[in-house]
Amino acid sequence: MISFLQQNAFWIITIVKIALLLFIVLTVNAYLTWFERKLVAHIQSRWGPHRVGPHGLLQPAADGLKFLFKEDPTPDGVDRFVYYLAPFLALALSLTALAVIPFGPDPIKLFGQKIDLWIANPDIGLLVLFAITALSVYGIALAGWASNSKYSLLGGLRSSAQMISYELSLTMSVVGVLLMANSFSLQKIIEAQARPGGWGVLGWNVIGLASGKFPVPQIIGFICFFTSAIAETNRAPFDLPEAESELVAGFHTEYASFKFAMFFIAEYTAMITVSCLATILFFGGWLSPFPASSFFQVTHYIPSITLIPFGLWVIYDGVKYETIFGKLILPGVGFAMFAIGAGLIALPGVNEFIQPIFWFTAKIFVFLFFYVWARGTLPRLRYDQLMNVGWKLLLPVSIANLIVTAGLLLVRGAK
Amino acid sequence: MNPALLIFWVLAGLAVLGALSLVWQRHPIHSALSLIVVMVCLAGLYLLMGAEFVAMVQIIVYGGAIMVLFLFVIMLLNAGEEEHTDFSKLAKFAGLPLALALTASLAALAYKQDASVPTPTQAFIPGATRQISSMLFKEFVYPFELTSFLILVAIMGALVLAQREKK
Repeated sequence: MISFLQQNAFWIITIVKIALLLFIVLTVNAYLTWFERKLVAHIQSRWGPHRVGPHGLLQPAADGLKFLFKEDPTPDGVDRFVYYLAPFLALALSLTALAVIPFGPDPIKLFGQKIDLWIANPDIGLLVLFAITALSVYGIALAGWASNSKYSLLGGLRSSAQMISYELSLTMSVVGVLLMANSFSLQKIIEAQARPGGWGVLGWNVIGLASGKFPVPQIIGFICFFTSAIAETNRAPFDLPEAESELVAGFHTEYASFKFAMFFIAEYTAMITVSCLATILFFGGWLSPFPASSFFQVTHYIPSITLIPFGLWVIYDGVKYETIFGKLILPGVGFAMFAIGAGLIALPGVNEFIQPIFWFTAKIFVFLFFYVWARGTLPRLRYDQLMNVGWKLLLPVSIANLIVTAGLLLVRGAK
Repeated sequence: MNPALLIFWVLAGLAVLGALSLVWQRHPIHSALSLIVVMVCLAGLYLLMGAEFVAMVQIIVYGGAIMVLFLFVIMLLNAGEEEHTDFSKLAKFAGLPLALALTASLAALAYKQDASVPTPTQAFIPGATRQISSMLFKEFVYPFELTSFLILVAIMGALVLAQREKK
């Protein structure tokens, strides 16, 4: 038994990692919907979900159950095979993208095995992600076509045109980063941003300072990348494929129940992937924004310093919450946060280990916040404006950024 | 069985099935989907030979961009199922002999080359991306740039033709 485990350790570890990652990502997805509804509500001076559970925290579970138990009708005249294939394709591709994202540098040592914090780390990680992006058009386009509905077809057509257009600027905008890292590997791109001497935030590609030389900032590349990425994931203000006011619900008008939920999960997973990618490419991945010198050792307590007061505040909030359920749950959650924060101070080894993961998660969270913020505040573009922004603004600017970056790197002397 | 060989046979089988389905499907969208399966399987075969860069470009360019355009045009024209017409005379008389000749020559080639064809794992090329790019931008830079120029001319020609039709 033991020898079987040892011989097949790689496969067992990989399968367990995949299951764990799926569990985490699907949970995060569920709470991302809660986060988005709550945040957009507050932007629009509303309360958002607040009936199911304290602060509406059980809303995702209620939504999930509703999706599962709703009737799942198949409209008349659909192309059955493609109609069923489309949501699977959308969900499978967006979840596959997460396989190549590295979440932390140091492997965990467990049962004598080194467990890396990624599922796969190919040398062409970024290209794999772009390949998946290129294929993920099909989920939406096919859903629109197979539904046998005018609204869906228009949504599908719009999305394929939009995604083809923005894929170009999405790809062009990151070539500057590739030139600076000299690699397609996501891990090497992050490591290249930890400039010798420990510059912290200044070394990240978005500023691009290197020791003793002038900086090659990729801020324009980042703006092009993130704008294109929002369009590529069909999110507001580029959510024309599902513009409610003109196309009912666009490509997923004819989908109900869990097939609709699959599109939903695919969209939110794509948001997480894009946030990971923006973090990795431009904002130093798991690197701390502070220089690595002993003076900044204090910053290693930032996870605790954020968790402890937040936990205390949640306890305080829970004690004066109106419902009994909230009075029981919220202090419990708050106490758990407080305990984790205190535990990190007590266990320096663990604290050191979670530093990269903490920064990575924090940066992803900031980008997810940006996503929701953009949705809450920006009006949707008209279709011709969308095409103009993609072809006449983002593409030339990202190409210019590439040329300038290449020139600057040539002058500076790469590596 | 060698796992790489197993993956090879699965991918090769899928590619052949996809190609057959491409011909036999009656609906253009189903044919296009079959072609996507073929493209992705080919990418898998390239990956198996260690040509990572080529594999990913195969998916991005052929599996993604080009096939999306195919699909887009089919959807835009709202093409329905094909109607079956009588076989063309050429296909009736020359089709079978030509197909047989092609199969025979391919089989003969495969039979002859059998020993010299590298098995999937042997042909591993480290750093294929670097090699390809240095070849493209050093040795073959003029043909490469000329090809891009040719494509640009073709695009502009298509635009001019499309504009003329509008008037």
